[in-house]
Amino acid sequence: MSSKGRLILDGFVRNNPTFVLLLGMCPTLATTTSAINGLSMGLATLFVLVLSNMAISAIASVVPDKVHIPVYIVVIATFVTLLQLLMQAYTPAVYETLGLFIPLIVVNCIVLGRAEAFASRNGIVASAADGLGVGLGFTLALTVLGAVREILGSGSIFGWKFIPGDGMLAFVMAPGAFICLGYLMVLFNKYLKKE
Amino acid sequence: MEYFLIIISAIFVNNIVLAQFLGICPFLGVSNRLSTATGMSGAVCFVITLATLVTYLVNKYLLVPFGIEFLQTIAFILVIAALVQMVEIVLKKTSPSLYSALGIFLPLITTNCAVLGVALSVVTKQFTFGGEAHFLNLGESLVYAFATSLGYGLAMVIFAGIREHLAMNEVPRAFKGVPIALVTVGILAMAFMGFSGMVK
Repeated sequence: MSSKGRLILDGFVRNNPTFVLLLGMCPTLATTTSAINGLSMGLATLFVLVLSNMAISAIASVVPDKVHIPVYIVVIATFVTLLQLLMQAYTPAVYETLGLFIPLIVVNCIVLGRAEAFASRNGIVASAADGLGVGLGFTLALTVLGAVREILGSGSIFGWKFIPGDGMLAFVMAPGAFICLGYLMVLFNKYLKKE
Repeated sequence: MEYFLIIISAIFVNNIVLAQFLGICPFLGVSNRLSTATGMSGAVCFVITLATLVTYLVNKYLLVPFGIEFLQTIAFILVIAALVQMVEIVLKKTSPSLYSALGIFLPLITTNCAVLGVALSVVTKQFTFGGEAHFLNLGESLVYAFATSLGYGLAMVIFAGIREHLAMNEVPRAFKGVPIALVTVGILAMAFMGFSGMVK
């Protein structure tokens, strides 16, 4: 397998940001009330992750070491603002649902973490591949968590209702988020994580 | 009366960790021991209140008059980063004992989404406490920020207490560490759901 493909796959399973690295917990728990919300949040983060990784890998060599963290944060905040304006213009309904958690991508530790650990010392293409892999891993985790909560909480998936009745409302609310993520992590530890 | 409602709502009903999912990373990260949990809560309490004051003023007197509210995210994160740095320097000079108590937690707070979250929500969201929906004024914002951070401290201290007990119990291997902690937080959140309906 090519090295770029390897990088993308790494972000998916071995370095999965949610289940293995435990990064970006706030949006993971808050926005996964349904599969579609989880998917949109994941894609929004993916967008910022790929672009900020590319930009940071391009400027990393000229940024003085002392101020590199503030510089990275400003770069990330710029892309987040870009995303906010794009979403307000083209997908206002999604922007409204995800609310506060779109601007909060700035302080999502996944984005700054990848900038610091990978993009600052690798080429632009490799950084983009890394951003894509980690972003897809994050999107996958959020979509799975959203789907599980939606099935248990409202008996539907991606809005398609297949269990009549109300479902267990607790799973759409706060406690369900924590409990579902806990159990998904247990399954991940048991079947996918290689020691 | 309204201030009282804000306090109850921010601490119990809309607890920042258990109902709003902000600041989860440090919540899971430093709640292993009661002493570190208290230290972190103190630092967060201080920074949230201060950051809300500064960002509120920046928004009202700088961003709104020039019509550049879309820069809120960038402006606020810069203000918070600078503020945390400044607090660190000032504390180091004036109160070394407090500095050594909060020391390692301060730099972590810049990336605590609770700080940016509270700062952004007081200027962008409308709140209803008893009366009709309205944007908070400066006094209300400060009370809200302070009460929210007290709620953060409360959740953190309760959770650290539970975790200290949990550490001594035998749990299945796949549950070790974070998964069992998450399930515990879930049950804690369920307990806090009992407060909902107290304040509309």
